[in-house]
Amino acid sequence: MYATNYHRASSVEEAVNLLKSGDDAKFVSGGQTLIPTMKQRLAAPSDLVDLRHIDAMKGISIDGVQVTIGAATTHAEVASSAELAGVCAAICSLAAHIGDPAVRHMGTIGGSVANNDPAADYPAAVLGLDAQVRTSKRTIDAADFFNGMFDTALEEDEVITAITFQAPEKAAYVKYPNPASRYAMCGVFAARLKDGSVRVAITGAGNDGVFRHTEMEEALAADWSPAAIASCSVDEGDMLSDIHGDSAYRANLVRVIAKRAVEAAA
Amino acid sequence: MGVEGIGARVLRKEDKRFITGKGRYTDDFKMAGMHYAAFVRSPHAHAKIRGIDKSAAEAMPGVVGVLDGKQLTGDGIGNLICGWMIHSKDGSPMNMGAWSAIATEHVRYVGDAAAVVVADTLENARAAAEAVVIDYEELPHVIRAVDALKDGAPQLHPEAKGNLIYDWEIGEKDATEQAIAGAAHVTEMEIVNNRLSPNPMEPRAALANYDEADDHFTLYTTSQNPHVARLVLSAFYQVAPEHKLRVIAPDVGGGFGSKIYIYPEEIVCLWASKRLGVPVKWTSDRTEAFLTDAHGRDHVSKARIGFDKDGKIVGFSIDTIANIGAYMSLFSSSVPTYLYATLLSGQYNIANIHCNVRTVYTNTAPVDAYRGAGRPEATYLVERIMETAAREMGMDPAELRRRNFVSEFPHQTPVIMCYDAGDYNATLDAALKAADYANIGKRKEEAKARGKLRGIGLSCYIEACGIAPSAAVGSLGAGVGLWESGEIRVNPVGTVEILTGSHSHGQGHETTFAQLVNERFGLPVDNVQVIHGDTDKVQFGMGTYGSRSGAVGMSALVKALDKVEAKAKKIAAHLMEADEGDIVIEDGEVKVAGTDRKLGWHEVCLAAYTGHNLPQGMEPGLKETAFYDPTNFTFPAGTYVCEVEVDPETGKTEVIQFVAADDFGVIVNPMIVEGQVHGGITQGIGQALLENVIYDDNGQLLTASYMDYAMPRADDVPSYKLSTHETVCPGNPMGMKGCGEAGAIGSPPALINAITDAIGNNNLTMPATPARVWALINGK
Repeated sequence: MYATNYHRASSVEEAVNLLKSGDDAKFVSGGQTLIPTMKQRLAAPSDLVDLRHIDAMKGISIDGVQVTIGAATTHAEVASSAELAGVCAAICSLAAHIGDPAVRHMGTIGGSVANNDPAADYPAAVLGLDAQVRTSKRTIDAADFFNGMFDTALEEDEVITAITFQAPEKAAYVKYPNPASRYAMCGVFAARLKDGSVRVAITGAGNDGVFRHTEMEEALAADWSPAAIASCSVDEGDMLSDIHGDSAYRANLVRVIAKRAVEAAA
Repeated sequence: MGVEGIGARVLRKEDKRFITGKGRYTDDFKMAGMHYAAFVRSPHAHAKIRGIDKSAAEAMPGVVGVLDGKQLTGDGIGNLICGWMIHSKDGSPMNMGAWSAIATEHVRYVGDAAAVVVADTLENARAAAEAVVIDYEELPHVIRAVDALKDGAPQLHPEAKGNLIYDWEIGEKDATEQAIAGAAHVTEMEIVNNRLSPNPMEPRAALANYDEADDHFTLYTTSQNPHVARLVLSAFYQVAPEHKLRVIAPDVGGGFGSKIYIYPEEIVCLWASKRLGVPVKWTSDRTEAFLTDAHGRDHVSKARIGFDKDGKIVGFSIDTIANIGAYMSLFSSSVPTYLYATLLSGQYNIANIHCNVRTVYTNTAPVDAYRGAGRPEATYLVERIMETAAREMGMDPAELRRRNFVSEFPHQTPVIMCYDAGDYNATLDAALKAADYANIGKRKEEAKARGKLRGIGLSCYIEACGIAPSAAVGSLGAGVGLWESGEIRVNPVGTVEILTGSHSHGQGHETTFAQLVNERFGLPVDNVQVIHGDTDKVQFGMGTYGSRSGAVGMSALVKALDKVEAKAKKIAAHLMEADEGDIVIEDGEVKVAGTDRKLGWHEVCLAAYTGHNLPQGMEPGLKETAFYDPTNFTFPAGTYVCEVEVDPETGKTEVIQFVAADDFGVIVNPMIVEGQVHGGITQGIGQALLENVIYDDNGQLLTASYMDYAMPRADDVPSYKLSTHETVCPGNPMGMKGCGEAGAIGSPPALINAITDAIGNNNLTMPATPARVWALINGK
């Protein structure tokens, strides 16, 4: 790791100011991607601005069906929230299967969503729940937030402060893990929202990050059953291909895991 | 058996420090003025070094030296050696290319050391290493062994034309071909044994110091055999003469073979310490470990086996190409020859075997012994083809094996080995019973109803351990003898120190070796200290690998204990005015049999050291040394049964049950043996399901981190069902065979046989990744 300057921000405003005052400063939340990348000398920010200690960004609040998860909330907190499980167990289960206990006690929902790793789990939930990403500047709809692999609508000095969404009517997330990294080779978040619309958001499999499968969504809106999507097509040309599985295999996983997610959310 | 004697489940004495984080590993040691080495490694699979510009690196903070290969060879440091000479079938010696610890003119694999930077901190060393500018001229490269043999393939070393190191054979070719030609059934297969990375938990490390005032070197290093390291560093690399070099291998966090070899980094740290006048430490990071630790396996074989109408094997022919990587590592030449082809008879009575092995250079990391070393490759080949042949002939795979078992001992195979003892039916019966083999049909149906494919596979493995009779291995080309030494020091108060040339890096010697003393004298194991891994303390030893520390290392201790016992009895007989033949030592007391006369063990020991009243002419003291040279290999054997369920939608395999019935001969500590079998089977499951070293077509290592190299985890494996059946090994005083590698040797074919049974397609290569299995099921 190259030497870097560490700053602990206590407010969103302070964090943004610290970022602007650094040469090549980066926000860090749980650091579960950035720190290993720095250890491999593949990233060398001059300054790190730690967002985990900003009180306004922590915790889960539920108001009826409206859920707000502070960006600095750890995966372990999401996984273990009984109140959240009462309205959206799918997101608790998703968080419970990210990495290992050490990762879950450091990593945060804001960090995961901001990084938009093509194999990360949370982007599928954000897209699948039709959530809003609340930032230091504005509120961004999930549909407008993810711009492809490691790319989002966030500006350089913009901090995610919370993720908000309406509890779905039903939802489930099923992950098929990569045998080596245990990241998603294919993760499907399937949900029927309160307005009756359906979301099928897929992570890990696509060659440009998280995406929705609208053909499946339409089929499920008409008939919420695994059989309804059995004949849906998945374009192999849109899939990742690597040493763990080629695009044909991943296209198959999308179909199989989507069916299982629908089954789990029945 | 006492509560701490042979056969007792004594808890491991060493575990307190390991599980409380108090182990002392090479990287934990620090020296005043210590500096850090960072290697500049080749980013190319094959290139010529046109020039090295060190100026920017040399000007960076804390840098005391930027050194290259020409400086190393200029100081008289020798090339790395291969310790086993193999002759091709035409009688010519193997064609070995030069390997300098730092490349002088060419780099031959991604990770090859091209320069080294030494600086005051690790950060400064790494920063400066990035500032060394090397002008490379890229050369054509070759990654796969089969490609390396093709006409016009890129040439790695001028000494090895066509990249061929040797073209070796064993057995009778003509007789084997004739037998197969006359067979009622012939099964043919192409079998690939995938390349593995060893992945010990502790990465390799070295800390070297040259003390100019004493003209003496000290090296802390992650070694399975510190004395061999000292010998090789001294006699071949001219780093320092043996008496001026102390090698210490302190706690070592796993080796699996990869820490047998003397690598470039240890040589460079010693040399740089003298040249630069500072202690030099290097600790591998995980990516360096993937790039430079000696890999294992990587064979491609074509095999044909012939049977008569009754299912008896008449002939077995194998043609193997072995990938040895870019350089010949210390024991690399022996792995695909004498450690491999000599086990191709399996547990079977086969009159005719012929095996041809061509070993080749490629632009990949060196390949050497990895847990099992040659024997997993042999077992995988034999057990895959036996299972396949049974299916082709419509026979029960267990019955086919049973018809061909060796049942009389000693049994001379056509490939050198003489099996001394075993009962292969007993381990097969035990495994089939434990696995409920008879009812697999019902379980397959039940799984089918759930949409899953269930399958079962067998593996009847044999291996050769306890390496090895020195004269025998010498005649086959080994550069060293493979005996072991042991010393028993009894202190005046009766406590005991064991000094052994074996090295423990996870095996539990501190416990099992102490159990020997408990068995012999009845002393608590807490009164016994085991000392190893330091050339200043232990005179010499050959180290730990090849499941040899029980059968060979403990046998040396048995011989030393015999001498101690004899002397103690003489002293006791003298003190108690009894006949020496009437003295018995038990429960920590020295007694005259049939009387109530006795002395405490400590009283006899004290008498040995006071010297006040010893038999006429006896030297004081109670300390004995023994060297033990084995008379034969030992032959652990057993049957493994694996049952799997494959999800046809994803191709994912779940291991439902894994049964192991092993014959390890006499067992000192069943708990430790079970631990070894657990670890071995899990490594074998890793090879069969998950692990694979992959270089891309440019020679870049794609599996250079745990993001892409899949290691087995707890949830990948079931709870194992283990049992042992003991036939006493006649070749050593303890009757032991060894257990360290069996699990890794026996398990991969059982698993692949189970998956191929489940999916009804035999064309499966390791690792059986979900994607690969899914593609087979779906004809992709």
